[in-house]
Amino acid sequence: MKVLCGIGGSDDSFRALDRTVDRAAVAGDDLTVVVVDNEDAEPTEEEIVTRVENAISEAGIDADVRCVEGDPGSRLVELAETEGFDEIVLGGGHTSPMGKITLGSIAEFVLLNAKTSVTLVR
Amino acid sequence: MTDRTYPDAVADDFPVPPSSFTDREGRTIEIRPYEGTDEEDKALVGMYDSFDPADRAQGIPPSGESRIREWLDAILGDDCYNVIAWCDDEVAGHATLVPDEDAYELAIFVHQTYQRAGIGTYLIRGLLGHGQAAGVEKVWLTVERWNRAAVSLYKKIGFETSNAESFELEMGLRLTGDAE
Repeated sequence: MKVLCGIGGSDDSFRALDRTVDRAAVAGDDLTVVVVDNEDAEPTEEEIVTRVENAISEAGIDADVRCVEGDPGSRLVELAETEGFDEIVLGGGHTSPMGKITLGSIAEFVLLNAKTSVTLVR
Repeated sequence: MTDRTYPDAVADDFPVPPSSFTDREGRTIEIRPYEGTDEEDKALVGMYDSFDPADRAQGIPPSGESRIREWLDAILGDDCYNVIAWCDDEVAGHATLVPDEDAYELAIFVHQTYQRAGIGTYLIRGLLGHGQAAGVEKVWLTVERWNRAAVSLYKKIGFETSNAESFELEMGLRLTGDAE
């Protein structure tokens, strides 16, 4: 399967990254990891890319890593459509100390606008 | 996360529990702060174990006794404020304030058997009175936009919408003024 994993640098996006590379190692997915602009996230783009590359090499797979500028949600949807991806994988939201789950704005946009399947990793 | 905003004006004074009232079904309901006894814990688990999953909001309350206990452990801690609505020795509802950075997140649950009887209003007012007495300054919550009963209850209490751009509405309330 041709999988597009979007990473913005939030905790839940790294959880999604780890699960996606693990799955790709087993299932032989054709994986592309895209680092997007997430102004709410703390790590810099460089730090995120390093973490992505480490996860990929630890899993022993080959994956394309790209950074995209601009609005994260619409760029992900656009990439998935123009390059024929089967699925978009994203972090499944932030959990407050109370235990309430809230979806990030990128996930909300992608869920409502993507033509592909979308997986949110919890 | 985005910075939360709160109303400039401080909310009215809320009644400090314990208090009691008769609900619209004629039942006597008592609002009392949680004291940390095993009996309260057992009664709370009982309410959540029979809670209709259709009324779950953003993943809470969880299902199954072990997950319920784990969740309650986190929100019944010493740094949280909890108030229970009792009908005899049964829990009719529960409301909680859980610290999150510089403010407290609010959640309230009324069991299906006790809904639409006016208990939620007394319960949330009792929780806010309890928090006010303890000096809690700012309270926020999220609510699913389709949940109009809850949204109108929060507005009536004095909550103002602070973020309307997501699936869930975020609302805030300033409970007490600055210390100085």
